[in-house]
Amino acid sequence: MFESIVAILIVVGAIFTLIGSIGLYKLPDFYMRLHGPTKASTLGVGSILIASAIYFSSKTDSVSTHEILITVFLFITAPVSAHLMAKAALHIKIKEKDSTN
Amino acid sequence: MLKRIFPHPILTVVLLIVWLFLNNTIATGHIVLGLVLAILIPWLTSAYWPERNCIKKPFTLLKFLLLVLWDILVANLKVAVLILGKRANLKPGFITIELDVKTPLGISVLANVISLTPGTVSCDLSMDRQSLLVHALHIEDAQQIIDEIKQRYEKPIIEVFTAC
Repeated sequence: MFESIVAILIVVGAIFTLIGSIGLYKLPDFYMRLHGPTKASTLGVGSILIASAIYFSSKTDSVSTHEILITVFLFITAPVSAHLMAKAALHIKIKEKDSTN
Repeated sequence: MLKRIFPHPILTVVLLIVWLFLNNTIATGHIVLGLVLAILIPWLTSAYWPERNCIKKPFTLLKFLLLVLWDILVANLKVAVLILGKRANLKPGFITIELDVKTPLGISVLANVISLTPGTVSCDLSMDRQSLLVHALHIEDAQQIIDEIKQRYEKPIIEVFTAC
């Protein structure tokens, strides 16, 4: 029972991480590529972490809390790095896609 | 007196919880060690935290956190669809949002939430902290996005994070 839930979560996580990478490859300009790592990957990494928490909580007696911390730190740091990259890109005036309004 | 020992009570609580989570235990020894760290670290670093922050209305904060978690989930699905869809259909653009929230903590929380939720990344804060430049992956109606951010996220942030 636990195994199947864990398996589903890992597959979902992998799919979303893959979509994030596809976005990184496919989107036309720098600012649009920033959207991939801040979002698609948070759910991807998030579901893999939930899978890990369920697996280790069921295998050992104690509840595994490290994954909660990783999630919190990820949610705090991912937008900050995206913000800094966007700020740097604006500073050196990287061209956006022509249709950007 | 109490303020000199606990310059940042919220930071103290957060540090203690993080310490216990890191060690995955609630053993007495770790609570004591965590308390020592949680009191010493805010005390030693208080010079770098000039303004004090209070959290008012913890219930609103909880509701806000749940809303943001839900929106992160929806954001991921929406962005996934946008990424997998046709590239030519995307209409990206920059939006400027005039800020009503004034505290530095409130602004950074708002900027983080904007980056985590549907199709928007915060790019730049103006020097006078009056407006935030946001890049959106797909814009149908710019005003609608601004209104949604203001209603959904900024209002609870103003209520919760106030200087004191």
